[in-house]
Amino acid sequence: MSAIDVQNIKKTFGDFTAVDGVSFTVQPGEIFGLLGPNGAGKSTLIRMLTTLIIPTAGTAMVGGFDVTKDADGVRRAIGVIPQAMTSDTELSVEENLIIFAKLYGVPRARRKALIDELLEAVDLTEWRHKQVMYLSGGMRRRVEIARGLVHEPRIFFLDEPTTGLDPVSRVHVWDMLQKVKKERDLTVLLTTHYMDEADKLCDRIAIVDHGKLVALDSPLKLKASIPSQNAIEVAFSDVPDGWAARLKALPHVQSVTADDHIFRIATDNGPETTVALVSASEAAGLTVQSLAVKSTTLDDVFVHYTGRDLRDALQDPAPRQFIMRR
Amino acid sequence: MHRTWAIIERELRRFRRSPFLIVMSLIFPLIQLIVLGYAFGGNVKNLTIAVVDQDGGVPAVRVHELAGAISANAHTFSTISYADEGTALDALRAGRVNGVLTIPPDYSKRVVAGREPRLAVIQDNTDNFVAATMAASVGGLVSGLNEKPQQERTFTQTRLDVVELYPYVPYVQYLLPGSITMSIFMMVMIGGGIIFIDDKARGLHEGYLVTPIKRLELIAGFNISGTIKAVLAGFVLMTIGSLIAGVPNPLDPMRMLKMTIVIVITALALVSMMFLIMVRVSDPLMPRAIFGVLNTLLYFPSGAVYPQQAFPGWMKVIAAVDPFTYSVHAFKCLLLKNTGFDAIAFDIAFLTVFSIVAMTSATLLFKRTL
Repeated sequence: MSAIDVQNIKKTFGDFTAVDGVSFTVQPGEIFGLLGPNGAGKSTLIRMLTTLIIPTAGTAMVGGFDVTKDADGVRRAIGVIPQAMTSDTELSVEENLIIFAKLYGVPRARRKALIDELLEAVDLTEWRHKQVMYLSGGMRRRVEIARGLVHEPRIFFLDEPTTGLDPVSRVHVWDMLQKVKKERDLTVLLTTHYMDEADKLCDRIAIVDHGKLVALDSPLKLKASIPSQNAIEVAFSDVPDGWAARLKALPHVQSVTADDHIFRIATDNGPETTVALVSASEAAGLTVQSLAVKSTTLDDVFVHYTGRDLRDALQDPAPRQFIMRR
Repeated sequence: MHRTWAIIERELRRFRRSPFLIVMSLIFPLIQLIVLGYAFGGNVKNLTIAVVDQDGGVPAVRVHELAGAISANAHTFSTISYADEGTALDALRAGRVNGVLTIPPDYSKRVVAGREPRLAVIQDNTDNFVAATMAASVGGLVSGLNEKPQQERTFTQTRLDVVELYPYVPYVQYLLPGSITMSIFMMVMIGGGIIFIDDKARGLHEGYLVTPIKRLELIAGFNISGTIKAVLAGFVLMTIGSLIAGVPNPLDPMRMLKMTIVIVITALALVSMMFLIMVRVSDPLMPRAIFGVLNTLLYFPSGAVYPQQAFPGWMKVIAAVDPFTYSVHAFKCLLLKNTGFDAIAFDIAFLTVFSIVAMTSATLLFKRTL
């Protein structure tokens, strides 16, 4: 049985369609990522799966429970880290966990041991009596990760878990997540608009844009699925006329873009093109100043499937309904 | 039920760590009690009246004597003599005097002849309180003039004896019931309305909406914790306010018990009202924007500062549905008259029904989802 099974789910707010017929399944033990810019529909999707919003159409089963017909069953089976920081800043780390353990009805006998374990797992044992308001953003996120696991759920939802955190804290949160995932045998569904995060953490990624699922596969396969697998960036001290055309004629080259005497060559076979490039340069008597071969990134995958750069897409104004829900 | 307790525990722990909230919800009603109590509570004194004596006869001298007596004893006004009415009126318009008392030229003749003798007061009526005090004081002076020892008044005139049932109530005590109600309202407004909507806007609600807590458990948790906070505020203000206002036997345990019951039901009514107003609001500006309007609309028509009998019809309608009206009335009965439950039974009944109606409506409107 799939941990999460989403079939043709849809959500509209008035005239605006936030999620438009999305289907996917997540297998137990998987880390599944929803990748897309702000306003793509990721948060609406995760909110439907965590029973915060009722879908307009379609079905979703989470942990074997229907999100509309048995919302309580879903709530008992899942742990959720919403996008906003939702821990109570006036309460201590431990109090935040105790209150949620009580909300989930964790028996008193189990509560204490579990909280000790979780605080240890997220590296906050020495901060347990500190009020959350005195913690950094990254630590606060870790409090929330522990809080989301306080009833030992099997499925864990995280909505943009590292948005707003500094690079060091992000890496720390990733490490924590991988650790608790492994220790507790969790199925994880997370949304993100960070390519590196999706690439590092996820077993499979669904690219979401304008409410639709545009691609779904493992990061490796997604990268392999698009034509250009490598980009070679090469700089020469000086180049003869028509050099760009010569480069274009090298084996496996798909496109060449030039900026003065620096060239970016897109190729579907990096090694062969690189060897040919070096030979051609020697033959022409040119000096190679620098040479770098880059693998395809998820950025390239995103551009391929959505027709725009993720950084540009992040600048798009978010739909109004989405802003109101934030 | 354990989930309801978890919400209550969370709210009360947060409350305990927010001293600013506690202080602010008490400071405002206390300052209001003290400032309003002493600003409005005193008698108007030390007015100045210009006396223009155009007569100069013996009966006119008696007018001067009586005015002098008021000036020396009650200090309501003192007199300055003016030679002519024109100068006196100029002084009145310039604000140097508050009124002009004119003794007309034929005053003595008319007194002696028994032909309707008249005095005239011209007053600056831009300040109603000053004008009313002066008219009453000069009216007293005229009554004094009319008292003639030889008159057989015991047989022909009706005398009114006024008996005061309770000890003198200074205005600051009169205001105290409104201030206690206000402290409950402040706590409900800041600790209930504003914080509730701020939490919602910050996304804090999502944290517990994804837990298996039931709709009614959540509603109960918020409202019970809100009521506990408001009761604490009301209790503290009752105690401190009674001491400040000089209520006789301020710590009488029986009265404090009865007062606490009214505080609880008032807190419940105001929490229910606030829950109904805020149940579908998500913009944090909203509770701040309506704060002043609500405050004015609830406090002033309640009879907390001025008797409701003086209100125009439309305001009496507001007063009739205003929960403050009933809580202020009940507090007045208990604080100023130390009555039993029969005097406040209707107030308690109204506040109970009000709470039930508001809470039921809010519960029906409450959404368990975003």
